[in-house]
Amino acid sequence: MEIGGLLAYLVSFAIMAGIYAVFCLGLNIQWGYTGLFNIGIAGFFCIGAYTSALITTPKPTGIYAHYVHQVFGLNLPFPVGLVGAAVVCGLVAFLIGIPTLRLGEDYLAIATIGIAETFRLIFNNEPWLANGPRGLMGLPQPFAWLVDARYYNYIYLVIILIVVLLVYLSIEQGIRSPWGRVLRAIREDEISASMSGKDIFHFKMQSLVFGAMVMGIGGALYAHYTKAISPDVFTPLYGTFIIWVMLMAGGSGNNKGAILGAYVVWGIWIGTTFMTDLLPYTLKARAPYIRFLLIGILLEIILIYRPQGILGEEKKVSKLID
Amino acid sequence: MRMAELVVYGIVLGSIIALGAIGLTLVYGILRFANFAHGDLMAGGAYVALFIVTGFLAWIGVPDTTFAPLSFGWRMLIAFPISMLAVGSLAILFDRLLYRKLRIERSGAVILAISALGVAFIVRMIILIIWGADSLFYRPGVLRPALELPLEVKIRPDQILILGVVFILVSLLYVFLQKTKMGKAMRATADNMELARISGIDTERVIIWTWGIGGGLAAAGGILYGIDVQLHPYMGWNFLLPLFAATILGSIGNMYGALVGGLVIGVAQQVSTAFLPPTYKPAVAFVIMIAVLLLRPQGIFGGSHR
Repeated sequence: MEIGGLLAYLVSFAIMAGIYAVFCLGLNIQWGYTGLFNIGIAGFFCIGAYTSALITTPKPTGIYAHYVHQVFGLNLPFPVGLVGAAVVCGLVAFLIGIPTLRLGEDYLAIATIGIAETFRLIFNNEPWLANGPRGLMGLPQPFAWLVDARYYNYIYLVIILIVVLLVYLSIEQGIRSPWGRVLRAIREDEISASMSGKDIFHFKMQSLVFGAMVMGIGGALYAHYTKAISPDVFTPLYGTFIIWVMLMAGGSGNNKGAILGAYVVWGIWIGTTFMTDLLPYTLKARAPYIRFLLIGILLEIILIYRPQGILGEEKKVSKLID
Repeated sequence: MRMAELVVYGIVLGSIIALGAIGLTLVYGILRFANFAHGDLMAGGAYVALFIVTGFLAWIGVPDTTFAPLSFGWRMLIAFPISMLAVGSLAILFDRLLYRKLRIERSGAVILAISALGVAFIVRMIILIIWGADSLFYRPGVLRPALELPLEVKIRPDQILILGVVFILVSLLYVFLQKTKMGKAMRATADNMELARISGIDTERVIIWTWGIGGGLAAAGGILYGIDVQLHPYMGWNFLLPLFAATILGSIGNMYGALVGGLVIGVAQQVSTAFLPPTYKPAVAFVIMIAVLLLRPQGIFGGSHR
């Protein structure tokens, strides 16, 4: 591969891993700092992506209206899409938190699986909402007029890195504040935190909503990167499982670990594509399953031999003592 | 009377869900973690039976004849218990390899549940690697005549047999839990593991039995679903929400609750097809579960608030 091609390949790798880093940071708020067990990340991924798509695309007119159905199309700029995705995901998280956050941690897990599956089913079966299984296409990309389409990924990589940095800084800020200390107190010992006069339910709710908003931004970033989305993208494998492996690998309770984990695991995932070439022709179509099997085994190895992940949790007391 | 027919189909589906939910609730009650791999154990059982029926038994030359009105014969009769044993052993193996290590390290219930999620994906990926992503049948293209019952309910002989098999398995489990020493030890451990341990119960043996029984019942449920409908690599994932909905509805740890919960969810899922596309079935289970969490989170058979 020539240098230009290699560079383009690395850029697309860094973009996708950066998008996953956003999801890992969102999950790190919920699981890493608060101990909230969300295994329906794919649901927020999906809602974020679709919300931003509906906000930023125009409602099809003329001949297109026969082929593309969407409930609305606001034709607003990209940042509005990001904010909209965050708001809608936060709202969904709030609604799912009401029945589950007062109960044991498993209930939230099952309810988030349910949300993820239900939204995937809705987007698949309701063509009026967002064009059903065919999905939406032609999502706008910010600053696309600036350069030739061939080099656009460089600009998008910069956007991704800025978003990752902003999300990272805002979580760091929050976690070093009294608010962050309450979250970690809840994670370590709910009863003693509530005996200190903290309203467990409200803090858990804030963490759940904050994390879900970050995931919504991740979904929107993904949608505008690929420019086309359909419900079959948001599967439990690509949308939830791999993100958990990333966070566990990098180190839950550590924002740097969350980002590192995203890049390492996405690197392993991309790096194992060579397996496809090694397999006999009849098995080539099944190569992704073999690679996901390895990712699954990696998770079990991490859980048993290095539960703290690569970096482990950072000791964070306050922003005043560093 | 389309509705009567849907209710009957719902009872068939519900009895299959119940087999999974009973295993899930036993594991939940004794090991105290949410086994997200339980649906995939059901799928695993269905595919192990597929291998035995179409692979192994065909190879050693067991005839492929069927029992008159049913869609299967000797091969399935042999494969059924072997597959239950195999998945029971597989569940025990996963416990020895993974869950026990995490228990010893005193990892929290959530870490065990994440490990189970990993097992779920591992089992599903193995199924996809070996059998691919298409739907499969134990006997493709068999004509399955339906019997006509009152109220214009059409039912296949297979479905009546499914109800019979579930009834026998649940009865056997009932006798086991009530009459045998191990059954009593299991109930005691579910009640209070520390107390059981100081009373001299070998809780590790109890855990092995729990996985064996849970895995066996899951395999049975998966095979019966395969006979009734089809085999699909994602069937285990699609079972996950109904299983948990049934378990929560019937109160976690309560075997009879899981049975009732399974039947309720099964009937609700089938009746919903009169108003909604059938693909919404998992969402129906989810909505019922949310309603239970809002109105009575301890389930119908739960005494106090958890």
